[in-house]
Amino acid sequence: MEVIVLQVLNGLDKGSAYALIALGLTLIFGTLGVVNFAHGALFMIGAFCAVTLNRILSLSHEVIDPDKTDFLGNPLAVNVPYVYDWFGEAAGQGIINWSVPLALLFSIPIMIIVGIAMERGLIKHFYKRPHADQILVTFGLAIVLAEIIKYYYGANPIPTPAPPAFSGSFDFGALIGLENIIYPYWRIIYFSFAMIIIAAVFAFLQFTTFGMVVRAGMVDRETVGMLGINIDKRFTIMFAIAACVAGLAGVMYAPINSPDYNMGMHFLVLSFVVVVVGGMGSLPGAVLAGFLLGILESFASLGVVIDLLPGINQIIIYLVAIVVLLTRPRGLMGRKGVMEE
Amino acid sequence: MLGLNAKDAGLFLLVTIMVILAPLILNPFPEGSELAQFNAGYPDLMQRFVIFGIFAIGFNILFGLTGYLSFGHAAFLGVGSYAAIWMMKLLTLNVIPAIIMAVIFAGLFALLVGFVSLRRSGIYFSILTLAFAQMSYALAYSVLTPLTGGETGLQIKSTDSPLLSNLANGEIGRANLFGLEMGSSFEWGVGNWLFTFNAGYYIAGIVMLMAFYMSIRIFRSPFGMMLRAVKSNQQRMNYTGLNSKPYTLAAFVISGMYAGLAGGLLVAMDTQVGPERMFWTASGEVVLMSILGGVGTLIGPVLGAGMIKYMENIISKINDNILHQWFAFLPDGMEDFVVFLIHPFIGKGWHLTLGLVFMAVVIFLPGGLVEGGQRIGRLFRRKKRDGAVGDAAKTPAE
Repeated sequence: MEVIVLQVLNGLDKGSAYALIALGLTLIFGTLGVVNFAHGALFMIGAFCAVTLNRILSLSHEVIDPDKTDFLGNPLAVNVPYVYDWFGEAAGQGIINWSVPLALLFSIPIMIIVGIAMERGLIKHFYKRPHADQILVTFGLAIVLAEIIKYYYGANPIPTPAPPAFSGSFDFGALIGLENIIYPYWRIIYFSFAMIIIAAVFAFLQFTTFGMVVRAGMVDRETVGMLGINIDKRFTIMFAIAACVAGLAGVMYAPINSPDYNMGMHFLVLSFVVVVVGGMGSLPGAVLAGFLLGILESFASLGVVIDLLPGINQIIIYLVAIVVLLTRPRGLMGRKGVMEE
Repeated sequence: MLGLNAKDAGLFLLVTIMVILAPLILNPFPEGSELAQFNAGYPDLMQRFVIFGIFAIGFNILFGLTGYLSFGHAAFLGVGSYAAIWMMKLLTLNVIPAIIMAVIFAGLFALLVGFVSLRRSGIYFSILTLAFAQMSYALAYSVLTPLTGGETGLQIKSTDSPLLSNLANGEIGRANLFGLEMGSSFEWGVGNWLFTFNAGYYIAGIVMLMAFYMSIRIFRSPFGMMLRAVKSNQQRMNYTGLNSKPYTLAAFVISGMYAGLAGGLLVAMDTQVGPERMFWTASGEVVLMSILGGVGTLIGPVLGAGMIKYMENIISKINDNILHQWFAFLPDGMEDFVVFLIHPFIGKGWHLTLGLVFMAVVIFLPGGLVEGGQRIGRLFRRKKRDGAVGDAAKTPAE
């Protein structure tokens, strides 16, 4: 029992990331009909927003500390971050420690700008072109974005710590009457955060007028346009929202795995598999498949399973994808008539 | 000639001449001159040109003709490579059995993958092939280590003693063709120029010419027409009572065999393999090559492969010092500024250049370099006609 709960929990954090990226991909596909291969790059940009904010907050200037001396006996020069000067040492340190949650706020405007620039500048011109062209141009864009990040931040992963309050682990088992389930705080937070974002996106689509128009546009774009609604503008906003979702997922993921320029591509490949398993164009399907595959992956990594079927943890996701695509061609919850040319 | 029409025969002849003279053509700058780093006429790079040319030609038979975008083609290249290196480790160091086995194994694997993947089309097909390729990569990296050497890959070691090659104890075998070693080359110095004619390159070049000839024949055959029909309207094709599956599967297997051939040749040239050859970025690279050169054209993929391999080897070699030399004629401040501007695109940043060039091609030139060439050609021809006929040429060119 403990093992099962622990594996489910372990699967949740990766599953959350898959679900969030897949959700954004599906939003873009459902609204604009574009297969966005650069979505992983948006996730990566989000993670690097966290890195950047951390660096900005840690910007420091040298101060000669008269009390301390270095090993030669000279007064020691200490680097003091500017935030210490402005908010005092304790509050300043607190701000630096909390840079990842703060980066959520920092990243939203950046992701919106990036999203709108991408849609208006590039993807807009590809609506009428074949899907293969869309895949290719966004694939090229993904390479370019990854390389730009690599140029400015280097190729090595950059550790980005979570706030110290959440950096440890706790005994999750004690909460539900089981023993020995030690689980990191941050992963629970990541999962809750993912649930909040997913709920927010669904609520936005379901309960606002804007969401209603967008849903109508997803079903029949032309008719909505004929009713005098500027559907293109709304779809652009949806693209920005999808970019935001990916970016926020990236920000929060930074403490779990140190971001590097390749993480976007890594997640993208898996997220596409997730989207296809969930069913192209189905939002609940994308979320469901994301968590399902994340949990399956973590179960496949169990020692017992690996002894039985060596290597299964590496290929389980792809295996599931192949089986699902061959038995349920539309994916778990796919709509009829989407991408079936 | 050879069952080709005049135009194709001309193209084939041109490619043949290019392949034969490549060591001369690609070495236009004298040794030791500032521009010598742009020379591409060294064996390693030339071998890569033709081998990846084969890979791209094969990919183009699938993507260019049927429109099925496979994102997992590197798996076949990898399978071919592993098959070839095992032949060399166990049977003989002669490259011919190795290459044949590479083609056979890649073909069988392609049959399996294609049989499953071709049940779906569009992006589902892309994802399925990607899934198979990533699975092969993950397995080659981990579980199949006894067979694939895992992370370190496979090399020919001094402990290998192939059955048919009489190696002295402890001698490291070298790939050969009936005694002609792949690495052996003939150097020809003329003035300041040094041309290298490499045995391995010419063998790969001959194989490439055969592969190219095959692809021309496939393009012009009724089978090729069937594949084009699949691309333009598969549904209508099915309505007329034709089952398109055997045709697409055949195209997939042929294209997988081409990839295996390329993999076998790669092993024949450098006698080593690693699982990274099957990683999805390698599959992405062949997609880039075909698109860059021109999908669905005969010569496009070869051009694309050449261009990407050239960029990879040459642009990544340029560094700031070389840039400073080039722009030395500018005033100091300007010089530094220009170098600063170009810096991200060279050296390690060559992928950035590649990505930008690729995006530009997809956006402005969907037909790739070949279409670019045709447009320029048309521009000149139209100007001529303009002068002669006057307003008869007012009909739009496209």
